[in-house]
Amino acid sequence: MASASRPAAADNASTVPAIAVDGLHKRYGAIEVLKGIDFRAHEGEVISILGASGSGKSTFLRCLNLLELPSAGRLQIFGEQVDLRQSGDALHIGNRRQVDRLRTQVAMVFQNFCLWSHMTVLENLMEAPIHVQRRGRGEVREEAEAMLRRVGLIDRAKAYPAQLSGGQQQRAAIARALVMKPRGLLFDEPTSALDPELVGEVLKVMRDLAAEGRTMLIVTHEMAFARDVSSRIVFLEQGRIKAEGLPLDLFRGGVNERFDQFISRFNQA
Amino acid sequence: MLDWPFLTDVLGQLLSGLPLTLQLAALSLSIGFALAVFVAGAAGSAFAPLRWAAKAHVELFRGTPLLLQIFLIYYGLGQIAPLRHSALWPFLREPYWCAILALALNTSAYTAEIIRGAIQAVPAHEIEAGRACGMSGLLLRRRIIWPIALRQGLAVYGSEAILMIKATSLASIITLTELTGIAHKLISSTYRIFEIFIVTGAIYLALTFLMSAAFALLERQLQAHHAHRRA
Repeated sequence: MASASRPAAADNASTVPAIAVDGLHKRYGAIEVLKGIDFRAHEGEVISILGASGSGKSTFLRCLNLLELPSAGRLQIFGEQVDLRQSGDALHIGNRRQVDRLRTQVAMVFQNFCLWSHMTVLENLMEAPIHVQRRGRGEVREEAEAMLRRVGLIDRAKAYPAQLSGGQQQRAAIARALVMKPRGLLFDEPTSALDPELVGEVLKVMRDLAAEGRTMLIVTHEMAFARDVSSRIVFLEQGRIKAEGLPLDLFRGGVNERFDQFISRFNQA
Repeated sequence: MLDWPFLTDVLGQLLSGLPLTLQLAALSLSIGFALAVFVAGAAGSAFAPLRWAAKAHVELFRGTPLLLQIFLIYYGLGQIAPLRHSALWPFLREPYWCAILALALNTSAYTAEIIRGAIQAVPAHEIEAGRACGMSGLLLRRRIIWPIALRQGLAVYGSEAILMIKATSLASIITLTELTGIAHKLISSTYRIFEIFIVTGAIYLALTFLMSAAFALLERQLQAHHAHRRA
């Protein structure tokens, strides 16, 4: 089983965490979505972030690459402190360039794919490596084609996103993230916008990535995937981490009452 | 019966006004577009007075007749003594530049709204994907926002360009002998209103048809990503 062969978080405790979050809060006006989150992710971990709608799991993930700006807290990405400065009641970005650079290191895969509609699939893949990372066109092209081959889309390289199925678009979006050679991957409900018969092809790609030992944080409602593929589960409820642990332990039940209730609601549905 | 020798003669004379019509259209569209970029930028500015100025510009030039604007600029500006003694006067006393100024200001108001609308219509998730890939500022605009906005706004801007070709005919009112100006002259010497205006209209139609074709071609190039919808 994939989870058994993965290094547990404790084994890596001495090394610098891939992502370290301390006292993360996020407020929208009077509504507090994240109420103080402390979190560590180590290199090679595959962490599934579970929780009901409105639990703050997507907001949490989006805070990690600053698509949402935390209201308070500290954030470290691969040992680098993110320059967030206090101004009044909120934080703001201290160093735009740092954020742009870190975003290429923790690439994001979105629920609704978010491919650029005016570019072909291949152009989508080559865009950030060439224009953000300033890598050579030839090298990037080879890399992009290799990625498309890998996700089974090389024959659609010249197609535009609107000409692809949802599953193909999401696989292209994953390939786009990978071509940036990120050190970590963030997945924000990557299969939630897909027709049921297209979910499998995307999960298969993600399974392969997990098996390679990539650092992945996945917000998902795919319980079987979370149980079988991740090395750790983080369960959010009302803006706080309510349970955390190995999938086998948590899914066996009896560890955390709230998590058990959450899972049982899922099984009924 | 159609008087073919007369019609060909008229056509020849009218065509001598074509370069001026094309100049008026091309210059006012280019200057107007450049101005519109600034106005649209100001309309999206975080600085409120800039937004108000942009709004005022749009409302003013969109909300008054172009003919009135041409009159005001050609006849009105000369009444302002300081302007008459300024370095701009050699330009502003020429009907040619007055017409271009009026046309450019007028189209800039419409074009600014087209640009603003096109940029607002860029899907937020495509911009977010750009940010998530480490793009920001000019790079994000240049690679993602503007190319998508261009595709959104192109069809509407094509209509605006056609409107401007036709609007150049108003320049004949301030003595410019472009197409319509020449038509007026021919009519006052021959009184053959019908034939002359028909030929004039045919020339405008040919021009606007070419313009539509050019925009259609451009759209085809840029909209390759929606090619499957045409089928």
